[in-house]
Amino acid sequence: MTLETLEMPLSERAYRIRKNALQMGEVQGQGYVGQALGVADVLSVAYFHALNFRPEDPKWEQRDRFLLSIGHYAIALYAVLIEAGVIPQEELETYGSDDSRLPMSGMATYTPGMEITGGSLGHGLGIAVGMCLGLKQKGSQSFVYNLLSDGELNEGSTWEAALSASHWGLNNLIALVDVNDQQADGASSSVLGVEPLVDKWAAFGWHVQRVNGNDLSALVAAFDTARALTDARPRMIICDTLMGKGVPFLETREKNHFIRVDPEEWQLALRELYKGEAA
Amino acid sequence: MNDAIKIPAKPRLTTSAMIASLATEGQRTKPAPFGHALAELAETRRDIVGMTADLGKYTDLHIFAKAHPERYFQMGMAEQLLIMAAAGMAKEGFMPFATTYAVFAARRAYDFLCLAVAEENLNVKVVCALPGLTTGYGPSHQATDDLAIFRAMPNLTIVDPCDALDIEQAVPAIAAHNGPVYMRLLRGNVPLVLDEYNYKFELGKAKLLRDGGDALIISSGFMTMRALETADILRADSVDVGVLHVPTIKPLDEETIIREASRNGRMVIVAENHSVIGGLGEAVASLLMRSGVRPAAFHQIALPDAFLDAGALPTLHDRYGISAEMMSTRVKSWL
Repeated sequence: MTLETLEMPLSERAYRIRKNALQMGEVQGQGYVGQALGVADVLSVAYFHALNFRPEDPKWEQRDRFLLSIGHYAIALYAVLIEAGVIPQEELETYGSDDSRLPMSGMATYTPGMEITGGSLGHGLGIAVGMCLGLKQKGSQSFVYNLLSDGELNEGSTWEAALSASHWGLNNLIALVDVNDQQADGASSSVLGVEPLVDKWAAFGWHVQRVNGNDLSALVAAFDTARALTDARPRMIICDTLMGKGVPFLETREKNHFIRVDPEEWQLALRELYKGEAA
Repeated sequence: MNDAIKIPAKPRLTTSAMIASLATEGQRTKPAPFGHALAELAETRRDIVGMTADLGKYTDLHIFAKAHPERYFQMGMAEQLLIMAAAGMAKEGFMPFATTYAVFAARRAYDFLCLAVAEENLNVKVVCALPGLTTGYGPSHQATDDLAIFRAMPNLTIVDPCDALDIEQAVPAIAAHNGPVYMRLLRGNVPLVLDEYNYKFELGKAKLLRDGGDALIISSGFMTMRALETADILRADSVDVGVLHVPTIKPLDEETIIREASRNGRMVIVAENHSVIGGLGEAVASLLMRSGVRPAAFHQIALPDAFLDAGALPTLHDRYGISAEMMSTRVKSWL
């Protein structure tokens, strides 16, 4: 990373990630924009504070791996990969179009910087377990991050992986759960309750932190703690986020799992985002 | 007085034991051909890792585990995790051989093999014991549908070896292939028959083991062994049966199958250890129809479209028509 990129405040990064996501949403008129806005702070800290990577070489062997198992959040990851320079800015407007490298659901075979195909939920943490075992086998110092969602925790395969990660003492695994209490059929808490999350993951043998996922300094502290721990436990950071964060009329929209925004609203959303950033 | 009472000797009961040997009495066998072949290959291929879902001992992977403990990963009774973790290992440059039972790989871990492994064409070899009807444990353990399930998966190579020789030669061959492979496994003391046929396993190649003018049996897996026995039985009746062994189900060796099925207008019989639906039989039938090949007749020897009974393996093989005796009777009836 260059000095210049290091010096840009994380809040500015988060703002630009949100802006990228809104602009991609405008291209298609729809998308998982609420999630992208909600998780932008987590991604800002992950990519511009925690991760060791080379934008010009997404397959660099010494990189930290970032696995997006929630393929639906692709728009959020594209937004940060564009901001990080892994994907050229001009590809933003191809989002979701035919022959684009940025399909609406995240796929490793399409997009540089996309480590796994994640549209079928519950794959990420298990693949992370295999990668962590492989990295240890190679004597690598890299971390594997896996961003999950609270809805994804419905999938039993995730819990097989959770068992395994602590069994193998995978201290090179840092999992993140975006808890926004929204999934396809409504509030996650009403579809299939997953709380108490801290107790669950702790009982599975993980080191657990729970933070406000829209509080940058809390996130920085949590990532720093997770990386600095010395014990042989996988690390979990549960991030409570607000869907639509940064655009007040989207934060309060009732049906915000998959957002359809009227054409004139996209510019309004961008203006509100800018207003919030300037304030 | 007591002398008059004869207690009849209890008849010896047959067994539905999970692991039943396919070998008939006196048949030559080799122990754990997969485990030994993998352990040997791993001497030179440092990227090979062995992974299992609580079935190391039952998939012969324990031989590898003993030889290379640092490259053996016990993933627990969690088949979804097994396949996901194998994908992760492959992404880090390793070549995992992941083992479980065929039912669990095909039915339980399908989504993970499809999207985490096959979609990215990762170098994962899934090697599964108890294919088709090789256990008397009933439908929970009988993978009579695995070929039907897996044939539609893009990028996946499917191998169904016949005997110990086939298995030990298939291991380095599938390792040399860059991409996902599903291999059906015969474990334990595995019959050895193909060494008498100047045979060598080649991935993607069908092999004509014996020629015959009256009928051609196209077969895979241990049914090739049964086909060879059937040909021997029928020779005594002056019926001349050829046997074409197809150890690679996908991609199919279309050229050889078309060539052999086109010869002499002889009857074609496909014999497989799998449901009559969706396996080698339907693959060959479709190929012949598409290619305009019209044999004198076409028959399938396969397991019925049903959940099969529990019981002793020889009983079940007779019941479902895949023993050599039953096969030869049926083939004769079709001539």
